[in-house]
Amino acid sequence: MSLALAVLAGPSSSGAWGAIVGVPEVGVLAAGELGVDLDRLVLIPWPSDAWATAVAALADAIDVIVVRPPAQVTGNDARRLAARVRQRGAVLLSLGEWAGADLRLTVTEQQWHGLGDGFGRLRARSMTVRVSGRRAAIPREERIWLPGDDSLAPPPRPALQVV
Amino acid sequence: MRALVLWCVDWPVVAAASQVPDVDPTMPVAVLSANRVVACSAAARVEGVRRGQRKREAQARCPGLVTLPRDQSAEARAYEPVVAAIEALAPGVEIVRPGLCAVRANGPARFFGGEDRAAARLAGTVMALGIECQAGIADGVFAATLAARQGYADPGGRPPEAPRNADPGGRPPETPRNIVPAGKTPEFLAPFPVDALDRPELADLLRRLGIRTLGAFAALPARDVLTRFGPDGALAHRLAGGAEERPVAARRPPTDLAVRHELDPPVNRIDTAAFHAKAAAEQFVSALTERGLVCSSIDISAQTHAGEWLSRRWRHDGALTVSDIADRMRWQVEGWLVGATLRGEAGEAAGDEGYERPHGITVLRLEPAEAMPAGAFPTALWGGPGEHDERARRAVNRVHSLLGHGGVLVPVLAGGRGPDDQIELIPWGDERTPSRAASPWPGRLPAPFPAVVLPRRRPATVLDATGTPVQVNGRAVISAAPATVAINGDPPEVVLGWTGPWPVDERWWDTRYARRCARVQIATSSGAWLLTVEDSRWWLAATYG
Repeated sequence: MSLALAVLAGPSSSGAWGAIVGVPEVGVLAAGELGVDLDRLVLIPWPSDAWATAVAALADAIDVIVVRPPAQVTGNDARRLAARVRQRGAVLLSLGEWAGADLRLTVTEQQWHGLGDGFGRLRARSMTVRVSGRRAAIPREERIWLPGDDSLAPPPRPALQVV
Repeated sequence: MRALVLWCVDWPVVAAASQVPDVDPTMPVAVLSANRVVACSAAARVEGVRRGQRKREAQARCPGLVTLPRDQSAEARAYEPVVAAIEALAPGVEIVRPGLCAVRANGPARFFGGEDRAAARLAGTVMALGIECQAGIADGVFAATLAARQGYADPGGRPPEAPRNADPGGRPPETPRNIVPAGKTPEFLAPFPVDALDRPELADLLRRLGIRTLGAFAALPARDVLTRFGPDGALAHRLAGGAEERPVAARRPPTDLAVRHELDPPVNRIDTAAFHAKAAAEQFVSALTERGLVCSSIDISAQTHAGEWLSRRWRHDGALTVSDIADRMRWQVEGWLVGATLRGEAGEAAGDEGYERPHGITVLRLEPAEAMPAGAFPTALWGGPGEHDERARRAVNRVHSLLGHGGVLVPVLAGGRGPDDQIELIPWGDERTPSRAASPWPGRLPAPFPAVVLPRRRPATVLDATGTPVQVNGRAVISAAPATVAINGDPPEVVLGWTGPWPVDERWWDTRYARRCARVQIATSSGAWLLTVEDSRWWLAATYG
């Protein structure tokens, strides 16, 4: 989740709009902390049946859309939605498996720093992110720090990603 | 308050004759309602046809009489271009009834250089449409109406309504008969018979009481009139005395700006609806522009085939243009249609026997909720809502209309200590003000914040190295260092690091929102968690996933 918010933060800090669809548990405070502009963020926690319609409508003008696809989303629906997102030049970040994703970001390992045995507090984490998928012929791994590291490159657009 | 009244002579006849081919108002024509003559043309009047006569009586007097049924909606419809023509010269037209309208006399009199000229000019404008019209000016609409009627030289020779002892106040001889000088209205009204009040029952009663003229009626004490004749009688008394019931409206009511678009056949398809929406929006905006107004908020309503009215108000940061309104209508209608289809599929899927197919939309209506003079909304010279933001807002508006209010939320920073208190989610379209100020909140959770805040907390089991449950007492002292944590019955995980407990005792003065708990951060190999202890039980509140 943090990774998705961090990816959203890049475009959002430069004036892009973001939407989070179907993820009621997202920690908006963390999003703000990672650099997401909360004035340009909309949440649709319970899209219910209108999930695909809502995402398609948002893709018209919202730049980055974070979604958790419902279990019953069919490959056909997904392809149509992906085509629309691509045509509009938006980025769809899917939390969960997405057939035919351009890029797939996976956290292979993470470690928190700052906690002792009864003292200190959580300060930062280092995580290893694995990039694979159709657009990354040779999967590669990168170690990043969140929060507190700007090394996260803005995602190539248009792109579909799975976290 | 000087009022200028324009009275279209025999308007029911003119309107009814225009509906029927080969009938002309110059022919002897009578308009009947409930078998009684309500209006007749001048030619019929010459033959002796009068208002209130039965059909057979009228036909006996004038064998060639053309009788037409009364159509009040046609009267109103046909009157619209007349009002438009008058309004082009004098703003603030108030329609008293079809065929009779009033404007404030002051403006036109100043503009055209005299009340008589204004009256002649406005009457001439209506005459140019081919409609016989007479203007009258007096203090108040009622007196002005009588003045207009009086100024009309009826070729049929009406029964003399004119005062017999005319002009007691020494009216200047050059003033036309249809203009009552300022302050002379009571004298002007006094000789008229009480029938002029257009209240037949009251007039009948007054006559039997020996009160035959408006002057005699006006001379009665107002309080006694009120006790004897009720509020309507008191109003009539004030009219007879030359006191106006209310001033002529300075501005047309905003409902006149509403645009109604009938859809026949009913519209089920979004593209068809969008086409109609465009037309309605153009009509709406041009009507506003003619009046020098812009609209910042509109009510869009639609009537379904089943007769159900759907309505939603759209607000905007600035003036709404044609494309803005068309877009909003399209989104709104699309939202309704898609919503109906979704509900329909759900109803059919559920095998609901009583379920009916969604109905099409038969009427689209646009009404300005807030209209203001153009120029109140200049576009910002530097910055302002950008094109990109505007597009994004439109897209979100569309989803908003699809999901309904509360479906789309926007976050604002609010005051609070926990990860869920510090953000407030506000429905899209509402004002973005948090209920709790974001001023310092000592004891708030330190950054970084958890990326996942569970909407419903999950129970957790925390054990120490010896396998006994860890407890936090009322003084926020932890019994032992936690060694393993199991969430909701999952296999336990080894604690790599922990900190806390951080006690929170919030709103103890308010029984509803009082909260007493302690927070503990725990790191395991799979991530970091925020646990709370409340009522001696452990919960998973959020994860730093």
